Amino acid sequence: MNLILNPTLDEAPPLRTHRGIVTSHDFLTTPPAAAMMQEGLDDGPDFLSEEDRGPRAVNVDLQTDATLQVDISDALSERDKVKFTVHTKSTLPNFKQNEFSVVRQHEEFIWLHDSFVENEEYAGYIIPPAPPRPDFDASREKLQKLGEGEGSMTKEEFTKMKQELEAEYLAIFKKTVAMHEVFLCRVAAHPVLRKDLNFHVFLEYNQDLSVRGKNKREKMEDFFKNVVKSADGVLVAGVKDVDDFFEHEKTFLLEYHNRVKDASAKSDRMIRSHKSAADDINRIASTLYTLGTQDSTDVCKFFLKVSELFEKTRKIEARVAADEDLKLADLLKYYLRESQAAKDLLYRRGRALVDYENANKALDKARAKNKDVLQAETSQQVCCQKFEKISESAKQELIDFKTRRVAAFRKNLVELAELELKHAKGNLQLLQSCLGVLKGDT
Amino acid sequence: MAAEMEPPPLGNAGETDFRELEDGEDLFVSTVTTLEYPEPSSPEPASLPAEDISINSNGPKQKDVSFDDDPEDLFAEATEEVSLDSPEREPILSDGPSPAITPVTPTTMLTPRMDLGARCRIEEDNNGDTFDIHIAVSDPEKVGDGMNAYMGYKVTTKTSMTIFNKNETTVRRRFSDFLGLHSKLASKYLHIGYIVPPAPEKSIVGMTKVKVGKEDLSSAEFVEKRRSALERYLMRTVKHPVLLKDPDVIMFLESSELPRAVSTQALSGAGILRMVNKAADAVNKMTIKMNESDAWFEEKHQQFENLDLQLRKLHASVESLVCHRKELSVNTASFAKSAAMLGNSEDHTALSRALSQLAEVEEKIDRLHQDQAYADFYLFSELLGDYVRLITAVKSVFDQRMKTWSKWQDTQLLLQKKRESEAKLQFANKPDKLQQAKDEIKELEGKVEQGEKDFELISKTIRKEVSRFEKERVKDFKAVIIKYLESLVQTQQQLIKYWEAFLPEAKAIA
Repeated sequence: MNLILNPTLDEAPPLRTHRGIVTSHDFLTTPPAAAMMQEGLDDGPDFLSEEDRGPRAVNVDLQTDATLQVDISDALSERDKVKFTVHTKSTLPNFKQNEFSVVRQHEEFIWLHDSFVENEEYAGYIIPPAPPRPDFDASREKLQKLGEGEGSMTKEEFTKMKQELEAEYLAIFKKTVAMHEVFLCRVAAHPVLRKDLNFHVFLEYNQDLSVRGKNKREKMEDFFKNVVKSADGVLVAGVKDVDDFFEHEKTFLLEYHNRVKDASAKSDRMIRSHKSAADDINRIASTLYTLGTQDSTDVCKFFLKVSELFEKTRKIEARVAADEDLKLADLLKYYLRESQAAKDLLYRRGRALVDYENANKALDKARAKNKDVLQAETSQQVCCQKFEKISESAKQELIDFKTRRVAAFRKNLVELAELELKHAKGNLQLLQSCLGVLKGDT
Repeated sequence: MAAEMEPPPLGNAGETDFRELEDGEDLFVSTVTTLEYPEPSSPEPASLPAEDISINSNGPKQKDVSFDDDPEDLFAEATEEVSLDSPEREPILSDGPSPAITPVTPTTMLTPRMDLGARCRIEEDNNGDTFDIHIAVSDPEKVGDGMNAYMGYKVTTKTSMTIFNKNETTVRRRFSDFLGLHSKLASKYLHIGYIVPPAPEKSIVGMTKVKVGKEDLSSAEFVEKRRSALERYLMRTVKHPVLLKDPDVIMFLESSELPRAVSTQALSGAGILRMVNKAADAVNKMTIKMNESDAWFEEKHQQFENLDLQLRKLHASVESLVCHRKELSVNTASFAKSAAMLGNSEDHTALSRALSQLAEVEEKIDRLHQDQAYADFYLFSELLGDYVRLITAVKSVFDQRMKTWSKWQDTQLLLQKKRESEAKLQFANKPDKLQQAKDEIKELEGKVEQGEKDFELISKTIRKEVSRFEKERVKDFKAVIIKYLESLVQTQQQLIKYWEAFLPEAKAIA
């Protein structure tokens, strides 16, 4: 997979970085059967420079099989959009070829997601959450500020900071690729959604889907729809469910969703502080270096050695922050979105339940009045069927959700702990060896 | 030659001294083995005032030179304790340049010299604690109420030195007492070229909070910061061999009652006078154009400018690091709480337990970050702050030298003018005015000579002081850097422990 970064900024020169990216198969756990996908890359080689890592945000535990494999094989970042190359391998008869690629943009992913949501047939499933919009604004701003402040720092500082920011940009870029890929893989893994026609079009149609972003009017419509929906949601939620399972799930999901939101925000803040501290250590290292070169006394050796040490420890600290970001923050963010999708499912079911109950009442009234009984009966039947269909699939979906969630948390927490240990040990070794040298010197 | 210790009346002697010093620098690399006391035959210099101290040369040149450097060499081992080996040198130093000191001290020095000499010989390999003093500032207590309240600190001096009356003294002092001590020392020693360690800064905001009685974290931190700074200030002051012997210092450390140093208040008459003087000095500095005959001073001056710049930069970065680490600690704590809540609501038991464990780990880590921030600050940041202020003192000493030179030059110019007017008067034939002019000229000639001597003296003193300062600086920085790295090592070790404990919990999620 090639990754081409090309954010053309107004003032700053365009970044072009070619790097081989670890394949997306990395972040799918290996089901015992499909071992061919996972090449044991868990702690795999960093194709990228020391600073970067492949997108290993394992947020889902998917059972995929050879009949339909989807991944994002390439990505190109341009001024204000990202172009993803979606690559499909399939043995299904619906497709004209066995292997093909198309280029898609973010809006087309959103279109696909929305088409699922609006489809009544899928009311009983947890719709995989849409990937977040690629957001490079913060990173671009920083790059621009750096360009402006070029005069005020030394050449080395400038190159260092530029490298930092480029690495950051790259990291964000890889994350967004991963998010889009996860979405597609979830759809491909879902027994029902994978058969969706829109999905096949999305995968195969090699022309532009002409999906324009929503214009203002549509956005306003959406906004009102959401308002109505949340009001309705409150009403629906108030209806007590007969089924214990769903009642429990309702309360659970509500609380869980809120807490995940909180945890996600707090973990973001924590990681940001960590990054700031690492930046400070960077500056300290530079100043120590200058001091060391200027100083004529014995202590200059100390300064130079410590400056070198801090350079290395800073890199490790930055890595720690990045890993925490991947394993913890991203995990929480993803489950924030998924729990929202699960809540949506429950809402839809609740809505169907209310409709069903209303239909029952209407039927009773009709029977009492002996007017339009047949009509009321059919409508009641329809509601009943709808409700039962949703209930059935919803139950399975929610159980699957729990399994996926537990597995993902487990994997990520284990990896987080392992990485933290690895970095702490690395740090410790650096510090101890430097101390040894310094103490020996005095 | 013991000459370098005394103010040389002659110019050339000064030069030789410099050379000796430079040699001494080389000798100083290894620990001293040729540690010997010059025969105790030079108490006289101590009792003589000012300039005309006879030079006595005891022992071979090398030994004396190494003597000069040895005090500092002994410093290498000491952290808090000061080991000086040539106490009898001090009266020579202190009494010479500062006429203010009464000649009383020398006699008390005679006896200790003997004992210390013996001890010194025995302990020379241990860089022995022949001369140790340890000062601790502790127990800050608020005295009084309202805006007149102040913080009283306990100052404990533990020493085996005999210039002190007791081995252990405890007194109570307040902040203005410290400032008063500094201002006295500065007025006595600064203008002759001694680097007097600067006192901790006043802080109106901090003190007001304390006075008002705010019992919160920030005012407790402020008091702790100040206490630590006062302790460092006193230790630095007594590490200076000359300042240690100053009666004001001894009185500060020993006497139970101290006259209130009112002149340190910002708005007092003395305070305003100080401000005016500072402004005048700044103006003078700009107008004095000194032709530097000595390249050493030029070079050192530049070096200190560079050092100042870099240290300030470093200080700023370290302060920023402290701030961010504190922030990290706070954010980690809040994340820990949030993770605990999440664990509570998770209905899968094993995952729930793991999340709670994660919350605990993060909580411990947050405390770890806090401790590390504390270490960052007290070890690293405060040291840098101290040195930034110290370098300001060094720079002002250089300025004093300039002032002395300028005074000398002015007197010379005045002499010249007087000579010219005398010549005129000779032709004008006014005998009484002529005599007056002749008297004035004689006086001025004396002053010019004095001015030159002063200039030579201050130059020599500064050289010595700068070399002592540099050695102190090297020692301080090395010690602090090592301590700081050790604190970082500890943090990492703890981190490893915590994560290692967590890992099996995470793996146990079924």
